[in-house]
Amino acid sequence: MRYDSLLDSVGRTPLVGLPRLSPGPDVRLWAKLEDRNPTGSVKDRPALWMVEQAEKDGLLRPGCTILEPTSGNTGISLAMVARLKGYRLVCVMPENTSSERRQLLEMWGAEIVSSPAAGGSNEAVRVAKALAEDHPDWVMLYQYGNPANAESHYATTGPEILEDLPSITHFVAGLGTTGTLMGVGRFLRERVPGVQIVAAEPRYGELVYGLRNLDEGFVPELYDESVLTTRYAVGPRDAVRRVRELLDNEGLFVGISTGAILHAALGVAARAVQDGQRADIALVVCDGGWKYLSTGAYAGTLDDAEARLEGQLWA
Amino acid sequence: MSIEVRIPTILRTYTGGEKAVEGDGATLSELIADLESRHPGLRARLIDDKGLRRFVNVYLNDEDVRFLGGLETEVADGDNITVLPAVAGGADTPVSG
Repeated sequence: MRYDSLLDSVGRTPLVGLPRLSPGPDVRLWAKLEDRNPTGSVKDRPALWMVEQAEKDGLLRPGCTILEPTSGNTGISLAMVARLKGYRLVCVMPENTSSERRQLLEMWGAEIVSSPAAGGSNEAVRVAKALAEDHPDWVMLYQYGNPANAESHYATTGPEILEDLPSITHFVAGLGTTGTLMGVGRFLRERVPGVQIVAAEPRYGELVYGLRNLDEGFVPELYDESVLTTRYAVGPRDAVRRVRELLDNEGLFVGISTGAILHAALGVAARAVQDGQRADIALVVCDGGWKYLSTGAYAGTLDDAEARLEGQLWA
Repeated sequence: MSIEVRIPTILRTYTGGEKAVEGDGATLSELIADLESRHPGLRARLIDDKGLRRFVNVYLNDEDVRFLGGLETEVADGDNITVLPAVAGGADTPVSG
C-alpha cells in the first residue's frame, strides 16, 4: 500500500483472527492490530485527529506549542505528529515514567515536565491544567475531554472493524481516556442491533491507588456510561497471563494492557459458549510489548511478573 | 455465609486497617448496611443520596456493579467485592522504570 506521507498511513490496520484462542467456529475472537500504526499504537489515530481538528478550529497555527498530560502512547503519537507538522510539544508526565518513554519522546523532539509520581495520571492532568493557565498561548489538546479523540475512532476504527467483520457481536477495548470505546461503541451501536460494548480497565496494585482521596477521583469528561454494556477490572496477573497466551498460541507480541483486554474478551467468549450463542468478538491490540520489556512482565514466572508490576501503572 | 469485600487503603481507617472484611446480604445495598454495623462511617464514604458516589467504583467478581444492578445487584456467598477509587488510566498511562 502506498501513502503520500507517514501521517497518511495512520489507521487501516489489519483485523486478524485468533483461531487457537477462540472457543470454536461459532464463538470467534478477532484482534484489531493497532500496533501497526506509524508509532506503534492506537493513539496515532486520536493524536492526528485532535491536532487536525485544532487546526481546523484555528487554535493551532504554525509554530504553536502543544501541551499534553501524557507519558504514554499519546505523547509519542503527538510528538511524531507535532514534528511533522512543525509544532513544539510539551508533555507532562509522572516522574516514575520509564526511561524508554522519556527517550522516545525526546527523540521526536518533545519537551518533558515531570509531575509527582505519587499522584499518577491524575496529578499529571492537574499540573498540565496549571501550566495551561500560566501559558494561555499554549494549546492543550486534553485527550480525556477532547471530542476529537472519540471522533477519530467513530470515523475510522469503527468503520474499519465493521467493514472487516459485519457479523460482529462484541467489541472489547481498554478504558483509559475512554475515546476508543466511546467512538467505536457509538458507531457500532448505530449500525449493529444488540452489539455489546465491553470495557477492560486495569486494576493496579495498592501502591498505585495509595491514599487517593475518594472525593477527588477522576472520570474522563469523554466517558458516557450509556455507551457501554459492561466494564471489567483486570489485575496484573491475569493481564500478564493473557499476554503470554497470546504470544504462545497466536504469535502476537502485545503490551500489557492488551492482555487485560484479551482477558475480558475471553470471559465474554466463555459466556457466549455457556449461553449457546454465536459470537464474533473484536478486541483492540493497543500496542506491542516492546515498551514494556523493562517492567519484567515478560520474563520469569507469573508470580515474578505480578510482583514486579506491583506499584506500576502497567496499562 | 459470607462475602469478601476488598477495601482500598484510603478507607481502612474504618476497618481497623484490614485490607478485606466479610459481610452478608442478598444485595450490595444489604451488604453495605451489614458492613456499616461493624465499621461505622464506611457506608457514607461509598454512598450518597444519589447512590454510589461518583469516584467510587465497586466490582462484583471484577465486573462494575453499575452495569449489573447498582446497589440492588444480587450478591451471594463466595462472591468477591472490590472497592476502588476512580483514577485516570488505560492504554495511555505510564509504566514506571
